[in-house]
Amino acid sequence: MTDRPELTPKERMALDRVAMPEQAAELRAVNFREVNLGLTEQLAFIEAERCLQCPKPYCIDGCPVRVNIPRFIKHLREGDLPGAADSLLDDNALPCITGRVCPQETQCEGLCLRGKKGNPVAIGHLERFVADWAQAHPELLADGAVAPSGRTVAIVGSGPAGLTAAGELAKRGHDVTIFEAFHAAGGVLVYGIPEFRLPKDIVQAEVNRLVEAGVKIEANAIIGKTYTLPELRERFDAVFVAVGAGLPVFMDVAGENLKGVYSANEYLTRVNLMGAWQPESDTPVLHGQRVVVVGGGNVAMDSVRTARRLGAAEAVIVYRRGRDELPARAEEVHHAEQEGVRFEFLLSPIEVVGDEGGWVTGLRCQRMELGEPDEGGRRRPEPVPDSELTIDCDMVVVAIGTRSNPLLTSTAPDLDLNQWGYIVTDEYGMTSMPGVFAGGDIVRGAATVILAMGDGKRSAKAINAYLAGVWPPTDEAGDARAAAEAAAS
Amino acid sequence: MHRIIARAQLSPNVTRLVVEAPHLAEIRQPGQFVIVRLGPGAERIPLTIADADPAAGTISLVIQSIGKSTADLVELQPGDEIRDVAGPLGQPTELITAGHAVCVGGGVGTAVILPIAQGLHRNGVQVTSVIGGRSREWVILEDELRANGEVVTCTDDGSYGRAGFVTQALADLIEADGIDAVYAVGPVPMMRAVSELTRPHGIPTTVSLNAIMVDGTGMCGGCRVSVDGENRYACVEGPEFDGHQVDFDLLADRLGTYRTFEQAANEFRERCRVGLTRPAPAESEVAR
Repeated sequence: MTDRPELTPKERMALDRVAMPEQAAELRAVNFREVNLGLTEQLAFIEAERCLQCPKPYCIDGCPVRVNIPRFIKHLREGDLPGAADSLLDDNALPCITGRVCPQETQCEGLCLRGKKGNPVAIGHLERFVADWAQAHPELLADGAVAPSGRTVAIVGSGPAGLTAAGELAKRGHDVTIFEAFHAAGGVLVYGIPEFRLPKDIVQAEVNRLVEAGVKIEANAIIGKTYTLPELRERFDAVFVAVGAGLPVFMDVAGENLKGVYSANEYLTRVNLMGAWQPESDTPVLHGQRVVVVGGGNVAMDSVRTARRLGAAEAVIVYRRGRDELPARAEEVHHAEQEGVRFEFLLSPIEVVGDEGGWVTGLRCQRMELGEPDEGGRRRPEPVPDSELTIDCDMVVVAIGTRSNPLLTSTAPDLDLNQWGYIVTDEYGMTSMPGVFAGGDIVRGAATVILAMGDGKRSAKAINAYLAGVWPPTDEAGDARAAAEAAAS
Repeated sequence: MHRIIARAQLSPNVTRLVVEAPHLAEIRQPGQFVIVRLGPGAERIPLTIADADPAAGTISLVIQSIGKSTADLVELQPGDEIRDVAGPLGQPTELITAGHAVCVGGGVGTAVILPIAQGLHRNGVQVTSVIGGRSREWVILEDELRANGEVVTCTDDGSYGRAGFVTQALADLIEADGIDAVYAVGPVPMMRAVSELTRPHGIPTTVSLNAIMVDGTGMCGGCRVSVDGENRYACVEGPEFDGHQVDFDLLADRLGTYRTFEQAANEFRERCRVGLTRPAPAESEVAR
C-alpha cells in the first residue's frame, strides 16, 4: 500500500492522460519489436489516479467480458498490485492480450465519463500494465487450485474464444482439452497479429498459464479431418466450437492468381506463425519493395506495417471508402501513418496487372465516391466513371475479410448453419447439437479478439450450467450447483 | 512427436520414411496427405500418405529432396523424430469400383499412385501401373505396385523396361484396350501430357496437384488452382482434380513463386556442408 495522500477531486481532474511510451517511428518501421513499450510503474500510478471510481461505472458496460475496471484500478492506485492482478484475472482470462489489441476507444474508454470532457482514462494501458506485472510475478497471485468436477470438455480451436473458455472452465474444475489444427496454440493471436503488436512470448505465457491450470492442448488435430465433431461429442461431456472464420476472401478480379498476390491470411501466417521475418525460419515469404494492401481493417494495417518492416520502400493501403470509415483501431491507423504507410482512400481494385513472367507489376483501380448509407449504416462506395488508374507495385495483399470454413461443419450433419455457413446458436450459445456450444467468428462472422473472448466467457458459463444439469441456465444457479458438486466430489 | 521407424533410399533423391502415427494409419484413405513440420523453425510441408500399416501404427512418407526442408527430412534416421504430423488432409481419391484403371506415376509421383492402386485393387478393379524415370535407378516402388496389378516400367534411356516416356506406354494401352479411368501423378508436364492423351478418348483422368500450401485447411488460399475456369483450393477441395479441366500453366507458374529462395537455401546448405557430410545412406531399408 502506498502512503500517498488521497487526491482532491480537483487535483484528480487536473491530471492529464499519460502517453504510452513507444519506439520511435523511424526505428520501429525497420524492426519487429513491440511498438508500445508499456507504462512505467510511475506512469501507471498517475493514470490510475485519474479514474473517478464512478458509482455506476459505464466503462464496464463497454467491455465484452465485463471486466470490473474501477475495482482493479482502485487496487492499482492503492499500490496493491497483487490485488489489482487478482481482480483483473478474475474477470479476464487473457489481459496481457486484450490490453494490447482491444479497440478500447469504442468500448470501455469510449464510455468513460472523463472522455466527455477531455481524454478518457487509459484503461487499456492500465490493463496491460497490471497484466504484464501479473505475468512477471505468478508467485504473488492467488492460488486458483480447484477440486476436479469429473466432467470433460473439448474445445475446438485455441484462439481467443477457445483460450478464454478453457480458462473459465478450468477454474470450475472441469477437465478441458483444446484441439488445435496448427502446430502451435493461439489461433489468430499467433498466426494473424504480428509480433510488433502482440509479442508471441506473451501469448505463449498466457497459454502456459492455462496449461499449468490443467488445460490439455492437442496440436495438429484438425476437427473434421483428424476427428469429427460427432466423435468429440461422444468422447466429451460438452464441446465448445471456436474455430474462427478461416477462409480468405479474394477480390474476384482478373490477375489475382499472379505470383506476388497473397491473402492476408497467407502473408501474415508465413511471417508470424512460421516466423519468416526471422533468418532462422525455413519458411519463405516474398519481400515486396512496393506493396499494396487492399482493405481498411486491423488485418490490413497489420499486413501493410509488416510489409514495411520487411523492407518495402512503398507500403500503400487501398481502401474503397474514406478515412472516417476505416474499421481499424485508431491506434493502428495512427501508427501506420507514422511508419510511412501511404493511404489511398476511395479507390477500388479492378485488376491485378502482371508481366510475362507471371509476376505482379501493378494494381489497376477505380475511384469511388460515397453514396447513400447501406444497411450497416456506412455510406456505400460507388464507382466514378472514367477514373481508372494503376498503382505500380510488386506485391498485393488482399485483406478484405474472411468467410466460414466448412472443414468442421461439413462433417457434422446435425449442426445447423445459416446461409453463409456460420454456426447457428441459441441465446446461451448452444448449437443444434445438444451439449455442443459455439462462439467467436464461426458464429458471428469476422470480428475482434475481445468479442470472441466475450463469447468464450459466456459459453463457458452456459457449459458450466449444462454440465450441472441446470438447463436452461438460471443466472447463477448453474454456477452454484456446479460449485456444490465440485465441493462434494 | 512422431518417431521414424524405418528409412529406405528408393532412388538417388527419393527416400521413404516409415513414421509412427497410429491414428492416421487407422483413418487415412487413398489420395490424402499430411502436413509435416520437422521442428522449431522448419517449414510445413505437404506429403502424400504413400502407405499405412494400421497394425504397426505407422504411415509411409515418400520424399523427394528438392529444397532445404525436404533435404532435412530425408536425412532423418530410424529413432529420430518429426515434431508435427497433421492430417489426414484433402479429399480421398474417387476410386472406380469395376473395370480397368491405368495408374501413371512419374518420379516421386509414383508414391502418390501406390495408395490409389491399392485402393483400386481392393475394389476388384484391374490395375495397370505405368511408372517411369530417367534410368533404372530412378524407378521406384515397382514391387509394391506389382502386388496390386500389372506394372509397365519406362526409362528415358532405355536402361530398364520400355525406352521412352510413360505417355508412350499409356498411348499403347489406350490403343490396345478399353480403359475406364486413368490416375496420373508426377511432374506438371507429365500430368498435362497424360491429360491431353486421354482427352480425345474421353477417358476420365484424375491428377494430383502439388500446389504450395501453408496450413492445409483452406485458411491461406496459397494453393489456389484453376479448374474449369474456377479457383479451387487444392488442400481442401483436392488435391485431386479432373485433369481435363486443370489449368496446368497456372499451376506450373505458381509453383515457381519461391524458386529463388529455394536456390539460395540450397546453395547456402551446400556451402555449410563442406566437410560435414554424413555417411552415405544405406541402400536397403534400415529398421530398428
